Amino acid sequence: MKLETMYQEIILDHYRNPHGHGLRDPFDAEVHHVNPTCGDEVTLRVHLDGSGPDAKVVDVSYDAMGCSISQAATSVLNDLVVGRTVGESFDVLAEYQKMVQGRGKVEPDEDVLDDAVAFAGVAAYPARVKCALLGWFAFKDAVAQADDNAPELEEHQ
Amino acid sequence: MTALAPVTGATLDVEKIRADFPILSRTVRDGKPLIYLDSGATSQRPRQVLDAERTFLETSNAAVHRGAHALSEEATDAYESARSRIAAFIGADPGIETSEIVFTKNATEALNLVAYSMSNATFSDDPAAQRFRVGPGDEVVVTEMEHHANLVPWQEFCRRTGATLRWFSVTSDGRLDLDSAEARSVINERTKVVAFTHQSNVLGTVNPVGTLVERAKAVGAYTVLDACQSVPHAPVDVRALDVDFAAFSGHKMLGPSGIGVLYGRRALLEALPPFLTGGSMIELVRMEGSTYAAPPARFEAGVPMTSQAVGLGAAVDYLSEIGMENVHAHENVLTAAALEGLQAIDGVTIIGPRTTEARGGAVSFEIDGVHPHDASQVLDDSGIAVRVGHHCAWPLHRAFGVQSSIRASFHVYNTLDEVAALLDGVRRVQDFFARDGVVL
Repeated sequence: MKLETMYQEIILDHYRNPHGHGLRDPFDAEVHHVNPTCGDEVTLRVHLDGSGPDAKVVDVSYDAMGCSISQAATSVLNDLVVGRTVGESFDVLAEYQKMVQGRGKVEPDEDVLDDAVAFAGVAAYPARVKCALLGWFAFKDAVAQADDNAPELEEHQ
Repeated sequence: MTALAPVTGATLDVEKIRADFPILSRTVRDGKPLIYLDSGATSQRPRQVLDAERTFLETSNAAVHRGAHALSEEATDAYESARSRIAAFIGADPGIETSEIVFTKNATEALNLVAYSMSNATFSDDPAAQRFRVGPGDEVVVTEMEHHANLVPWQEFCRRTGATLRWFSVTSDGRLDLDSAEARSVINERTKVVAFTHQSNVLGTVNPVGTLVERAKAVGAYTVLDACQSVPHAPVDVRALDVDFAAFSGHKMLGPSGIGVLYGRRALLEALPPFLTGGSMIELVRMEGSTYAAPPARFEAGVPMTSQAVGLGAAVDYLSEIGMENVHAHENVLTAAALEGLQAIDGVTIIGPRTTEARGGAVSFEIDGVHPHDASQVLDDSGIAVRVGHHCAWPLHRAFGVQSSIRASFHVYNTLDEVAALLDGVRRVQDFFARDGVVL
């Protein structure tokens, strides 16, 4: 069933127990993103060490209000990017974006996506793609604000 | 058109009505019958409306009020006939030369038309327009339950004119607070415009138009009624309501999208400066300047939507044949069943009045521990279409301390079985998100 495909147990687990939740210091940039169609909101901070694609993501902290998909996606984001470089993080984001916007026609690369592959079912529901991307786009925006030398996401697609 | 006489009292032959709506027989999500409970967002259209548009386009399509060829004359007649029937439907002047009905792209544009035309009075050298002048020190009154379409245009109007925006707040049971000491002073001698919704698109609340009009008239303020959620569902007589302006949209009343209606008292429309300018709305054009046509043409610049007007005329005929009293009575039965059924489910909270008294058929609610977006996904999986989000009434949701809500809304084609399906769907939502015993 499609519905269970989207609401995988791993997504509901992240929703119930979000990883890295809460706003923390220190941080280099803070952004506030909303989904105007449903009112979901996320405030997200990034703390980087270094500059450019090799900068390390030291912390991603956030405060979010939203549905299970947007909340879980931000939790998985925290899992997947903290400790990695900005370049590696954007590789994951590019692959993730391709999957959730792919209308189910994109074969996800599990090696790159790790737990984020659980969101493959979202692609069947175009109305929910924005939910899945809210926290990730906030992250991309925060990195761009934190570092003038941040890479363009497109370079990693 | 098929006969649609009610069987007894509030009981309509809903199956016969449903047969007029082709879309209602389709299935969604792997073969589930569609249960369409989102008419508050947009209603479905009967064959009679679709046929009227198609017939017009296949026989008489031409640009209206232009040219003297046969098609142009037929198209103009069809367009003006629709205007006249729509006027009669809401109790406005049905006369062609004296019309009080302006066609717009949608209700949002109709409300913007009033706000922009009024602020254009500031720049008008027409003495008649001066009655609409608003400036610093003046006030505009709205309510906390407005749809963004009747709020944001007035925020912008105040920004342009320097006037101050004030509003009535909403009580915890979903009514306008009209009686507190604070509320008593909201409309005062500085008030120039009172803009408010007839029926809340979220709460279902029907506002006391008479009280608000009386207070507005006492201080000489103009009244602007958002009738988007009332005209499609109940008898509305703009003259009896005594409002100055009213706006509603075609697509919420079984008609086409791409057409909205502005009602304005004839004397006010005659004094009001134009909003959009260009072809069709002029009287005389010289390089140095222009004069403008009488209403409604003054407010219909450019080639207007035509098949949509014809379609809306057919929608009004269709609703009139059923009888708006019967439409209202039928929806009242559905609303009562939904309110009662939802309140009987643990963990469900209604946002808005809990009985059908002074209330229409928009039923918004929350399910404890489940985000509305997730709830609607499970309902959708059962074939049930509801609206989720803030329904373009963000300040109202904030007033209730909620981020978003689930809204079921009805029209004449909905059934008690569909209300029962909604209630089953809500229980399925609760089961789904508590499926391993963990309540979110």
